[in-house]
Amino acid sequence: MNRRLLRQALPFISLAVVLIATFIVQPRTMSYFGLNLMLQYAVPIALATIAQMFIITVNDLDLSIGPFVGLVSCIGATLLLDNPALGIGALAVLIAAYGAVGALVHLRNLPSIVVTLGLSFVWLGIAVLILPSPGGKAPVWLKAIMSVQIPVVPFPIVAAVVIGVVVHLALMMSSYGVIARGAGGNPKALTRAGWSMLRTKIIMYMLAGFFGVLSGLSLLGLTTAGDAHVADRYTLYSIAGVILGGGEFIGGRVSPMGAVVGALTLALAGSFLIFLKISPDWQIGAQGAILIIVLALRALVTYGEQKR
Amino acid sequence: MFKKTLACTIALAAMLAAGSAMADTKDKKIALSNNYAGNSWRQAMLKSWDKVTKPAVEAGIVAAADPFTTSENQVTEQAAQIQNLILQGYNAIVINAASPDALNGVVKQACDAGIVVVSFDGIVTEPCAWRIAVDFKAMGASEVEYLAKKMPEGGNLLEIRGLAGVFVDDEISKGINETVAKYPQFKIVGSVHGDWAQEVAQKAVAGILPSLPEVKAVVTQGGDGYGAAQAFAAAGRPTPLIIMGNRQDELQWWKEQKDANKYETMSVSIAPGVSTLAFWVAQMILDGKEVPKDLTVPFLRIDQDNLEASLATTEKGGVANVEYTAEDAAKVVAGK
Repeated sequence: MNRRLLRQALPFISLAVVLIATFIVQPRTMSYFGLNLMLQYAVPIALATIAQMFIITVNDLDLSIGPFVGLVSCIGATLLLDNPALGIGALAVLIAAYGAVGALVHLRNLPSIVVTLGLSFVWLGIAVLILPSPGGKAPVWLKAIMSVQIPVVPFPIVAAVVIGVVVHLALMMSSYGVIARGAGGNPKALTRAGWSMLRTKIIMYMLAGFFGVLSGLSLLGLTTAGDAHVADRYTLYSIAGVILGGGEFIGGRVSPMGAVVGALTLALAGSFLIFLKISPDWQIGAQGAILIIVLALRALVTYGEQKR
Repeated sequence: MFKKTLACTIALAAMLAAGSAMADTKDKKIALSNNYAGNSWRQAMLKSWDKVTKPAVEAGIVAAADPFTTSENQVTEQAAQIQNLILQGYNAIVINAASPDALNGVVKQACDAGIVVVSFDGIVTEPCAWRIAVDFKAMGASEVEYLAKKMPEGGNLLEIRGLAGVFVDDEISKGINETVAKYPQFKIVGSVHGDWAQEVAQKAVAGILPSLPEVKAVVTQGGDGYGAAQAFAAAGRPTPLIIMGNRQDELQWWKEQKDANKYETMSVSIAPGVSTLAFWVAQMILDGKEVPKDLTVPFLRIDQDNLEASLATTEKGGVANVEYTAEDAAKVVAGK
């Protein structure tokens, strides 16, 4: 079998395996209601994973996406509800701030890990200032969007497909997408060809901010109330999702469809382990084991690819 | 046949023993959704759950009472866990929630699926759920009331808070500060976050101590009193009156001080066995009993004279505890 194809198919195969295993352990999940319930929380994770993917495309890493999503949920549950114009303004400022971070990282040649790790505390701090203890209320329209019932196919699946396809078209098919990925692949060549690295980084960081905002709002629509700590785990989820979906940390090698599938796999793996009644002490370990198995399989495929 | 008769006899005996608990719930399944297990209080809570629910399941009062804990204290993880419990067909879900509001979406889904949701300790605000709440504000207030009686001349207080951004921390602190405002002879000269953990509290107190004038008393949230005492000792400052939070190491230290120099204080917290109260309440609701949506748990207070008795029954590394029986639960429901 074509190894390149196999490599691209691996995320989808992993998802299918986890899905089938879940169906066997808990047949009740094999229904419209079951899938809807089980995959709902995968939608914000998928959006956060896409945000992380934009950053990874330009060889950086965002360790602040989790607290950022939490901050968005707090703004959504307070400012956006009481004063929509101010709320939208605040979210726009956040996206601009992401762009500024991209510029800072590029201009001062700082390691993105350090900058975003620091920022994660800034986002959390602002979130706690806005909403000192969990509360607030999700705007009605947000709740309505997230609880929409589509006939036949559950909403989370439709949402995942739409997110994957839209980003795929934009990043993998468009000409600007090639430049963006080139910024990760060979920044020097890109600069010599007359493209601005600064501009590319700012745009990619702002896209990450934009998807982070979408993630926070969709999460708020599900939880119906804000909480600064609501998405602390998303940082790791999003990185794992990108890698699980066939992305690489360097070289601009990413796959939007894969990232969405990776996020779904992670969310499902969590449910699967709960259905198996594995003790919580082992759950994180088991989730890590799933990650390692998939990555080991990929390494095996890539190894064969290089040998040829 | 014989086996069946035997099982029936045991079930019957259990019914009689359990008093009000009817066998109507014998094929109902109850799940515990717990958000955190990383401290002594939560460990004791899970132990109590096992201790009370296992015999109840064996006796056939309910079909299952399975505990589930999320590996990290995360709202999203607990929401996913509750969704999975809905899918697994539990009839009731008892929740210690990671957030009072952010789980409302999934709690509503559970209610809509016909599931009884009982929250306790970390309660949820969704109206369709039952709440077994702790009046944390009153708990904070009771500390200051005790001090007002104990030292009418007043003095400087140091406040040790819990985990920032958590509802419980906010409530206890509010109770403390509002009551301090009533007694102008007291003044809070410093406030640190001890995260309900002795080591964190010790570090935090050690950090703020050099900048403080003489401290007469320390108001706490539990799990931080021993650490505070260590910090004062290490700094070579006189030990103030430290309110304790029912942890074994705190009670042990208090006992040593009491024997050595007649040290006096009090200790207050919530018994982790409140999980078993929630279990019985869920069982009563499944049984068709009328239960008000909002219940309050009494706190467990230890004073100078019952210190030894409480310490003797508290496991090393644990926290003072009481478990509830079906009768106790019925009493709480009746508001007695």
